[in-house]
Amino acid sequence: MKATTFSPSSANSTTTVARYHARQRRQRWLIAATALATLMSLLLDIATGPGAYALSDVTKALLAPSEVSRVLQVVVWDIRLPVALMAIVVGASLAIAGAQMQTLLNNPLADPFTLGISSAASFGAALAIVLGFGVLPVAGTLLLTGNAFVLAMLASLMIWGLSRLRGVSVQTMVLMGIAIMFFFNALLGMLQYVASAESLQQLVFWSLGSLSKASWGKVGLAGLALVVTIPVFVRARWRLTALRLGDVQAQAMGIDVGRLRLRMLLCCALLSATAVAFVGTIGFVGLVGPHIARLLVGEDQRAFLPMSALTGALILSLTSILSKTLIPGILLPIGILTALIGLPFFVSLILSSRKEIWR
Amino acid sequence: MSLIIDQLSCSLGKRRVLHDLAGMEARPGEITALIGPNGAGKSTLLRAIAGITMASGHMTLDGLSLETQSLGQRTRKLYYLPQDTSTQAALSVFEAVLLARRTQVVEPNRHALAAVAQALQSLELDPLAERELAALSGGQRQRVAIAQAIVRRPRLLMLDEPTSALDLHHQLQVLDYLHRLARQDDVIVVIAIHDLNLAARFADHLWVVKEGRHIVSGRPGDVLTPQRLREIYAIEADVEWPPGSSPRITPRSATRRLGS
Ligand SMILES: Nc1ncnc2c1ncn2[C@@H]1O[C@H](COP(=O)(O)OP(=O)(O)O)[C@@H](O)[C@H]1O
Ligand SMILES: [Mg+2]
Repeated sequence: MKATTFSPSSANSTTTVARYHARQRRQRWLIAATALATLMSLLLDIATGPGAYALSDVTKALLAPSEVSRVLQVVVWDIRLPVALMAIVVGASLAIAGAQMQTLLNNPLADPFTLGISSAASFGAALAIVLGFGVLPVAGTLLLTGNAFVLAMLASLMIWGLSRLRGVSVQTMVLMGIAIMFFFNALLGMLQYVASAESLQQLVFWSLGSLSKASWGKVGLAGLALVVTIPVFVRARWRLTALRLGDVQAQAMGIDVGRLRLRMLLCCALLSATAVAFVGTIGFVGLVGPHIARLLVGEDQRAFLPMSALTGALILSLTSILSKTLIPGILLPIGILTALIGLPFFVSLILSSRKEIWR
Repeated sequence: MSLIIDQLSCSLGKRRVLHDLAGMEARPGEITALIGPNGAGKSTLLRAIAGITMASGHMTLDGLSLETQSLGQRTRKLYYLPQDTSTQAALSVFEAVLLARRTQVVEPNRHALAAVAQALQSLELDPLAERELAALSGGQRQRVAIAQAIVRRPRLLMLDEPTSALDLHHQLQVLDYLHRLARQDDVIVVIAIHDLNLAARFADHLWVVKEGRHIVSGRPGDVLTPQRLREIYAIEADVEWPPGSSPRITPRSATRRLGS
C-alpha cells in the first residue's frame, strides 16, 4: 500500500490551525459583543425606573457622583445599582449552574433547579414566612434568605452524599432529585395548608422571584458565590468538556467522572442556592441561557462558560428593565417575565440553526 | 517490554465476564488483533486493561504492574478507544482532538495545535476540521476518535472495533496508519476486530477469546485454520494461504448455533 497519507505537508496543517484560530476569533468576538450588550443593558437598567431621570444625568451620577443632586445620588447608588447588579450576578449564576447541570447530567432539559433545589428553598422560605422559624440565628429579612439557602444546600448535599455512598450514575442522581422535589413539595404543602392568607400571599410573591430587595451586601454575597465557583469550573474546563463525549471516552482520557460530577454538583448547588435565596425562584434563565450560548459558541468550556454567564446576565438584566417599563408605575415580579423576554430570542435561534445538538 | 496478562478475571454485576485470562502478550512494534464472537468479552478485556472496568488479577505493561495504578496513572501510558464513539457534543473536530491532547499533557499551545493538525491530516480529516461532531457521519466520527487516540501518543493503544463503520478506503488507510505507527514509534497496538481478513493481513499476533476465556494466541497463519474457525465461530470456512501473502478466509456457512 502506498503511504500517500503519511507525509503531512506543513502548508496544509498550517491552514488547519489557521481555520481553528479563525473559529476562536469568532467565539471571542461573540463573547465581547455579548459583554458589551450586557454592559449597555446594565446602564439602561440603572436609567429606568420611577423618577424619570435622563440617561445623561444617570451616567453622570455613576461617573461623577459629587456633581449631581443628593437625591439622584441615592437613587442611583443605593437603590438602582444594587438591583441592576443583582440581575447581572444572579443571571450569570443561574446560567452557569444550568450549563454545568446540563453537562453533568448529560441532559438538555436540566437546569439549576432540576435536583429539587427550588422546592427545598421554597420550603425554607415558608418556614420563615409561616412559622417565623429560622434555621440560622439571624433575624429580619435575612431569616428568609438564610432558610432558603440552607435548605437548598441541604437538598443538594443529600444527593451528593447518597451518590458518594452508592456510586454516581446520572439516572440515580436525577431520580433522587425528583424524590427530593416531591418530599419538599409535600412539606411545603403542609405549611401552606396551615398558613394564614397573608403569609400565603407573601409566599407566592417570594416564589415569583424579585430583585427589588437587593442591597450592596446581598450583591456582594451573591458575587462571592461566583468568585468561589468560577475558578473551580475554569480549572476543570477540559474535563467538563470531555464529559460531553460520553462517560467511557472521558474515562479513557483519564477522568474520574464520578468524582468530577460530585465536585461540580456542589459548585452548581452553591450558585443556585445563593441565587434562589436572594431573589426567589427565577426559572428559564438557567435553562435557556446555556442553550443560547451553545448555539453561538459551542460547548468547549473555554468559550461556553463565559458565554453562558453573559447570556444569563443579559437575559435577566433585560428582563429587569422590562419589569419596570412594561406597565408604567408598576414593578412586575421578574420571575414571570424571564420567559417572555427569553422565549422569542430562543425560538428564533432554534429555528435559524438546524442542527440537532441533542438527540 | 510489552503488555502481559498473567491472570485476569472480571465480573459485571453478578456475571462473571472474564475467566482467568492468562498467557496473553502484546509486543511493541506489532499489531495484536483481538478476535472472538459477539459478547466474548473483547470490550470488557480492553476496558479492564485501561482501568475503566474493575478487574482482579495481574497484568504488566513494560514490566510495571498495572493493577496498582489508578485510571489517571494508566491513561498517561495507554489509551482505550471505545467501541461506541457516538456523541452529540457541540464541539468542532479540531476542538475535540485538541481536548484529547489537553486532558493528557500540559504544553505550549503552539505545540498542541501543531500536533492536532498533524493527527487530523494523517487521517485525512483536515477538510472536516471545523465541522461539529454532531454533524458527522458514524464513520467520520470514528476517524475523529482515532485522531483523538493518536494525538495522545500512548505507549499502548487499544482500539475497540475501530473500523466497524469505515468504508473500504478508510479501513485500509486506518489500519495501514496503525501498522506504521506501531513499527515506527514502537507502540503496542491492540485492535478488537471482526474482519478476519483484515486481521490476517495487518496483525502480527492474534488473541482469541470466547465466552470470557482465552482460547488461543499466536500468529495469524497458525490460528486461522478451518478447525479453529469452526471451534470459535461455528462456521465452515476455506482458508487459502498464497505464498508470500497473508491467509485468506472465505466463509462458507454457519453450521450450528454459536452458543450463549
Ligand atoms: N454492564 C454489564 N452488566 C452485565 N453484563 C454485561 C455488561 N456489559 C456487558 N456484559 C456482558 O459481558 C459479556 C462481554 O461483553 P463485551 O465485552 O461487550 O463483549 P464483546 O466486546 O466481545 O462483544 C457479554 O456477555 C455481555 O452480555
Ligand atoms: Mg465489544
